Amino acid sequence: MIAAHLPALQVVIPLLAAPICAMLRRGSHAWAWTMVVSWAMPVIAFAILLQVLEGGTISYWLGSWEPPWGIEYRIDTVNAFVLVLVSVIGAVVMPYARASLEREMPADRQVWYYTMYLLCLAGLLGMAATGDAFNVFVFMEIASLSSYVLIALGRDRRALVAAYQYLIVGTIGATFYVIGVGFLYVMTGTLNIADLAERLPLVENQRPVLIALTFLIVGLSLKLALFPLHFWLPGAYAYAPSVATAFLAASATKVAIYLILRFFFTVFGGSYPLAGLGVPLVWIALSLAAIVLPSITAIYEKDVKRMLALSSVAQIGYITLGIGLLSEAGLTGSIVHLLNHGLMKGALFLLVGGIAYSKGAVTVDRIAGMARRMPLTFAGFVVAGLSMVGVPGTVGFVSKWYLVLAAIERGWWWLAILVVASSVLSLVYMGRLVEASYFRPSAPDSTDDQEMPRSMLASAWVLVAACVYFGLDTDLTVRVAAQAARTLLGTP
Amino acid sequence: MVDAIAHFSNWATVILMVIGLYVVLARGNLIKKLVGLSIFQTSVYLHYIGPGKIVGGTAPIIAEGFTVYSNPLPHVLILTAIVVGVATLALGLALVVLIHEAYGTIEEDEVLGREDDS
Repeated sequence: MIAAHLPALQVVIPLLAAPICAMLRRGSHAWAWTMVVSWAMPVIAFAILLQVLEGGTISYWLGSWEPPWGIEYRIDTVNAFVLVLVSVIGAVVMPYARASLEREMPADRQVWYYTMYLLCLAGLLGMAATGDAFNVFVFMEIASLSSYVLIALGRDRRALVAAYQYLIVGTIGATFYVIGVGFLYVMTGTLNIADLAERLPLVENQRPVLIALTFLIVGLSLKLALFPLHFWLPGAYAYAPSVATAFLAASATKVAIYLILRFFFTVFGGSYPLAGLGVPLVWIALSLAAIVLPSITAIYEKDVKRMLALSSVAQIGYITLGIGLLSEAGLTGSIVHLLNHGLMKGALFLLVGGIAYSKGAVTVDRIAGMARRMPLTFAGFVVAGLSMVGVPGTVGFVSKWYLVLAAIERGWWWLAILVVASSVLSLVYMGRLVEASYFRPSAPDSTDDQEMPRSMLASAWVLVAACVYFGLDTDLTVRVAAQAARTLLGTP
Repeated sequence: MVDAIAHFSNWATVILMVIGLYVVLARGNLIKKLVGLSIFQTSVYLHYIGPGKIVGGTAPIIAEGFTVYSNPLPHVLILTAIVVGVATLALGLALVVLIHEAYGTIEEDEVLGREDDS
């Protein structure tokens, strides 16, 4: 039965497709092959999600070795949701990739782009699917090493420096993670996540376990770009090829957040020992700093890609804020914002890539008056931008609604007000772009601007439309996210 | 005192770890940073393999006269981690070569300085 092997296929197909892709000599062949593979991924992911929603947690034994001896792929609602997010974004950006990459890099490099893209996809899906803590590290490195290459393929020479810095920081993060896992292994003798969760209470509050927790939190925070460990992110996102930025911004940090959820709630069992150590308070404080400070920097930023990257750090702050609240509403907000932020930031980066298609570097001054010549691009910009602000009827509103609910539930009115007030900051920096593009006179040399090719526009608008659709029809996303939150908290 | 000696491998691990991380943070030369990163990663190999070894333990093969076995799993894990470390180092060095071609230097402050000019 093929249905029983879906968890393995989800990871193995892109992993094996990558070397085949490397052997295709022409960019267009490699693109077609990657297109087919990446569109098979959401099909598998949705099939897994349906299986999980109907039949509960899937435990897949690789090579039929029984866990905890063999590696187990353990998929519940939480990681099924993450698999859907990563694979859908991975598929939607593919039609965009072809025209965009043909403009941005020579033909012989495109093949390598697609190869690395498939490896990155395999790594991210593997991180989400596996139920083995060391296996997570292996997939993390597959995803990271390939994403360093994706970033280094950017056409600006600064992409190389950004990729190098990301390599250093990413490796330190992954090594911290593996040190943490090592301590847990020494204390419990197991690497299986479900097994760890069972055995950890036996060694509760011993020092190595607390040290393990510290290393895991710091390592994963580097990966997910939690303020103040986000310094690698703006450079990496600003100089990578447009399509790589959109894909990584929408998926890579999200998978690291999933791991934080997994370790906080499944392995360390929610409130223990986090609450006792004051971890949630520090976590909330850092999240608030992440929401406010990078947003202020974004207001003064001239480079549009950098501005959006800084805004990503702020949006990640909202996600981690919900985690720190340790309640069902907070987690629902966080998990639904994983998807929502992926949709809107993916859309925005794709649209900026479309402007870069004719303009090269995109700065606030350069987009002056461009909305008249590129109406579809900038209309999408306005919609996704409103979603970023959190206007009702868009996905941004849905996530903030649950975060505010969670804050009020705790009786923290100041936090609820802060969440709403922080939207003003996004309004300011998104508003600057809209003001420049719609109301300022055009620069004299820009009369020959035109819309990006249709294939690129289609990809971007699918995500823009999703921002509105899932803002109006919240049943599917919120229902799954709420169930995932209950799974993590262990409440039925 | 005896305790401190008994934990010799832990001391070695931690010292290497700190040396490695310090070199990454304190050195401006891109190659030296990678050297530091490698030392840092190597400390993790010890972190896993050290606790897996039992004094007097043999390979875990059932045979006459042997009752104490070392845990083989850490070795297998670290074999994977070594491969990852080599791949990271190779990619890092490749990036340094490209940075040298593009900027004509591999000193971090000079590279960043030239970015401001362009």
